[in-house]
Amino acid sequence: MDYSQFLLMPQELGLLLVFLLVFIYDTFMPQRSQDKLPLFTTILFALFTIYSFVPCQMGHAFGGMFEANPATWVMKNILNLGVLLVLLQSIKWSNSDHVAVRRGEFFELLLLTLLGMYLMISSRHFLLFVIGLETASLPIAALAAFEKKYYESREAAAKYIFTAVFSSAIFMLGISFVYGMSGSLYFTDIATSIIGHKSALLIAAVAFVIAGVGFKLSLVPFHLWTADVYQGAPTAVTSYLSVISKGAAAFSFLVILVQVFGSAYADVWEWMLYALIVLTITLGNLFAVRQRNLKRFLAFSSISQAGYIMLGIIAVNTTGMASMMYYILVYIFSNLAAFGVIGVIERATGKVSMDDYNGLFRTNPWLAFTMMLAMFSLGGIPPFAGFFSKFFIFVGACQQGSVAIYVLVLIALVNTIISLYYYLLVVKAMFLRQDDCAIPYIDSHWTEELGLTVSVFGIILLGVASGVYAQFDAISESVKNIFALI
Amino acid sequence: MPLSYTIAVIAIPLFMFLFLGLAGVKMSRKLTGVLGVLGMAVTTVIAYGVALTYFFGTGQGQIADGVRQAVTVFNPDWLSFTDTLVVRMGILLDPIAAMMLIVVCTVSFMVHLYSLGYMSDHDGNPEEGFQRYYAFLALFTFSMLGLVVATNLFQIFVFFEMVGVSSYLLIGFYYSSPAANHASKKAFIVTRLADLFFLLGIMILSYYTGTFDFNQLVFGSNGANDMAVAQSAIASAGGATFLGCSVTAWALTFIFIGGAGKSAMYPLHIWLPDAMEGPTPVSALIHAATMVVAGVFLVARLFPLYVIEQGAMEIICVVGAFTAFYAAAIACVQSDIKRALAFSTISQIAFMMTSLAVSSADGALIEIHGGTGLGYMASMFHLFTHAMFKALLFLCAGAIIHAVHSNENDKMHGLHKFMPITSIAFLIGCLAIAGIPPFAGFWSKDEILVAAYHKGFFWGLWMSMVAGMTAFYMFRIYFLIFFWKKHEVHTHHAPKDQPWTMTLPLIILAAVSVVAGFVPAHDLVTWNGHHLHTQLDWTVAGSSVAIALVGILLAYKLYFKENDLPERMKNAASGLWTAAYHRFYMDELYQFITHKVIFQGICVPIAWFDRHIIDGFFNMLANATGSASFAIRRLQSGSVQSYVYIYLVGALALAAVTMVCVLI
Repeated sequence: MDYSQFLLMPQELGLLLVFLLVFIYDTFMPQRSQDKLPLFTTILFALFTIYSFVPCQMGHAFGGMFEANPATWVMKNILNLGVLLVLLQSIKWSNSDHVAVRRGEFFELLLLTLLGMYLMISSRHFLLFVIGLETASLPIAALAAFEKKYYESREAAAKYIFTAVFSSAIFMLGISFVYGMSGSLYFTDIATSIIGHKSALLIAAVAFVIAGVGFKLSLVPFHLWTADVYQGAPTAVTSYLSVISKGAAAFSFLVILVQVFGSAYADVWEWMLYALIVLTITLGNLFAVRQRNLKRFLAFSSISQAGYIMLGIIAVNTTGMASMMYYILVYIFSNLAAFGVIGVIERATGKVSMDDYNGLFRTNPWLAFTMMLAMFSLGGIPPFAGFFSKFFIFVGACQQGSVAIYVLVLIALVNTIISLYYYLLVVKAMFLRQDDCAIPYIDSHWTEELGLTVSVFGIILLGVASGVYAQFDAISESVKNIFALI
Repeated sequence: MPLSYTIAVIAIPLFMFLFLGLAGVKMSRKLTGVLGVLGMAVTTVIAYGVALTYFFGTGQGQIADGVRQAVTVFNPDWLSFTDTLVVRMGILLDPIAAMMLIVVCTVSFMVHLYSLGYMSDHDGNPEEGFQRYYAFLALFTFSMLGLVVATNLFQIFVFFEMVGVSSYLLIGFYYSSPAANHASKKAFIVTRLADLFFLLGIMILSYYTGTFDFNQLVFGSNGANDMAVAQSAIASAGGATFLGCSVTAWALTFIFIGGAGKSAMYPLHIWLPDAMEGPTPVSALIHAATMVVAGVFLVARLFPLYVIEQGAMEIICVVGAFTAFYAAAIACVQSDIKRALAFSTISQIAFMMTSLAVSSADGALIEIHGGTGLGYMASMFHLFTHAMFKALLFLCAGAIIHAVHSNENDKMHGLHKFMPITSIAFLIGCLAIAGIPPFAGFWSKDEILVAAYHKGFFWGLWMSMVAGMTAFYMFRIYFLIFFWKKHEVHTHHAPKDQPWTMTLPLIILAAVSVVAGFVPAHDLVTWNGHHLHTQLDWTVAGSSVAIALVGILLAYKLYFKENDLPERMKNAASGLWTAAYHRFYMDELYQFITHKVIFQGICVPIAWFDRHIIDGFFNMLANATGSASFAIRRLQSGSVQSYVYIYLVGALALAAVTMVCVLI
């Protein structure tokens, strides 16, 4: 075996190293230094995040099962940034009494799922992909049940694992259909062998694969687990689920649809995706309108956001791909800012209802301000980053040029208006509503403040310097041929 | 000092704004003031270093082939939409930008220092909102500096707006006073309306030329304004016309309207007199010396384009000449000292505008006709000197108001004995603005008059007349404030000269007003970077001094000692006097047009449409959303069996529907 192939996966190996070090620390360090474990993990991961920005070698490894290209490299770095923020926001929480005893597991499982996502992003073979998918899925059930004292947490884990197993089954069924047609599980082999095919088998295969990955992305109608799990799981896990897991799934979704089923685009999956996007954006919004629990509310908001992310795929062009990556980056900052605030308040007071936030601005101006920026960015109000990411994603979709897509973008725009309503509800509660027994001033931990500050800067700077987008554009241009984009 | 230090000149005020604005409330008021002054002092030192290096340094490549070049210090892309549609933010230094750096920083620093005293009560305790005041001053300084070093039209526009915002904030600084609120709104709305045209102009111009950048619009390969470059930029419009005029002429006229809004040209001048509701140092900084010349700066920046589009230039010329006269006429009868100074400012800025405009006629397509661009130089020179002495006059006015607690002439009178330093400083300012040699205003105004006579005898005569009026109304104010009759002491404190923080800026600015005329502007700020040979035209100089002296004598006769001559004159021409006192009813005209014509005729129908059609649509959307959201709530049952069931049905339906559509 040619061990030099491992040089192509410095990010995976680095992450594995981080995991092992955390594991060793957790197992062998004395009890009294255990409460430093979260900080240790975060600092280690921060170093790793910086390290993974070092440009690495691109190419195929392990007989073409694994691929490193500029887009996967960037995508992993985006995820790293998000995970770093999640870690920062969970340090204080993971040291609280009821979870402190098993905080090591939290960080280890989190890092392992990230490794799974790396494999999803880079795999070019369905076997490896499934391994990645499962590595990224199953530990999350354990994470969701992390506060096992609480009924909701247990319920969330149970619902997650049931649906996850079911969706994996459907997904594998789809893959077995594909294997039946092509006799291979390599992406490239499948792609060549299905050119010109237009059979029921292919359609069923594509539908099942979409359903399988759609579960992770929580596309409607594969989304029903989302709200219950987001609500029940600890906030750190919820924020991880809502951005990191979703970002990785969106990217690998793009790879599978374009690289494997690229030839079936016009016949088969363009319309499937079209229908799913319309359903996802609209239903996500319709449910979000009614929510009073903020975690549940953000669950539906993130469903709707996933629909927007899919808009970057449907056009199958470089602009769309670049917009999608940019969108995920912006979405990570915005959503993590929102979840960060919710996490701080939940940790300190246990309150997660929108009504509890009445008058928050008077008592906790910075938290309210951060939340407001997050809502503005998620709602797509200029000049914050969310506006530009939506703008670019619409531009990317429109470049495809067909009337149907214009209609789709129009539907998305109308939904943006609806979404503004519920995002502003939160802002209204915080700033305009008065409440005599508003949440008292919360003295947040410096790590939480750091995480929130970074998110706020991300929201503002990515908006002001939306030229960052050009970088993504250049990357997607360079990987255009690999993904057979237009 | 390397020119790249200009970035510090921009960055420090921005930092001071953020710092004072965010952390100011936690510090003592005095400390914020001192920090603000220190920050501005550092900025000023660096700005002087950069500007002097630019003008006199060697080895930076500013002077090549005897031409003073425009240096683009840096110019990164900010928003790049397409290959051609790229918005950049950068720093460009050319003679006028470097000069403006000096002007803005000098006046701003003086005002920062002066405000320490002015914004405090008589015991030296800072007023409420002191921190906010200094934060806004820093914001304004940042915006203005960003404007003058802009590398492209879009950047100018961005900073134009920011200047407008900071002006709005400062005019309305005393937000509990209704008059200040009205004034700030008025200033913002009027200038914003003008900026709408500016934006239109930018869009038209950039659409046809394909660029925002000055480097491609006006600057040639030798780094100075180049007619050939401007020609080709105009030519890229391909001779497209609209309503009989070329599109570029339209664009440039629109851009001028934007400048006219900020520079208070008739009929967009109505906001400036009201802007005097702000604190007086603010009036000195923004509404006398810096922001109001932004329009002049803008026209000067695009000067080669205007030279080619003579139609647009003619408009500027007529508007400028009329405004100069109109504002001077009003200034002759105002009783509020700041109002009178405001109209004097309008008139002087109109001088600069006119000077720019006659410059092009003087050298229409400059090289071809052998012209020199004298007016351009004179305009910029006057901008420089005017900033100094007008800031001086306003700061004096501030000192007087601070002492007597009123803006009205009849509360002042006979202050010379009580406030000798202020009186002498004010006198120097008056002599400078009246154009008496050797004070600063003489030199620059004389060049303007020469340029105007070049265009035609009528223009020269007209501007000379306005210059005479200037001398008259300035000395009218001076005599009414400091002499006329003995001062009646109403308050417990007799008025006296102010603390050193307020007196020192007066002395410095007075000194500058004496010597600023000797700055070799003809060498430093010519339109094409070449040295310009000028000589004093004795007929023009002599006649303008004579006219000024006549104006001063007349003012002396009428206003030095208490007498009933002014009252009799007022009664003799009471109609004219009343009309001028009410500023020729321009405000009432605006009120009529906006309230009666626009609000009634346009806004009411639109409001109906908005309420019933637009709102109706959105209400429908909201209602539909609400009811749909209610209807589907059972989908989310909470039971995992039904989740899986829906999941399966969804996947199968996806496959089945597609099969039906694709295969059959």
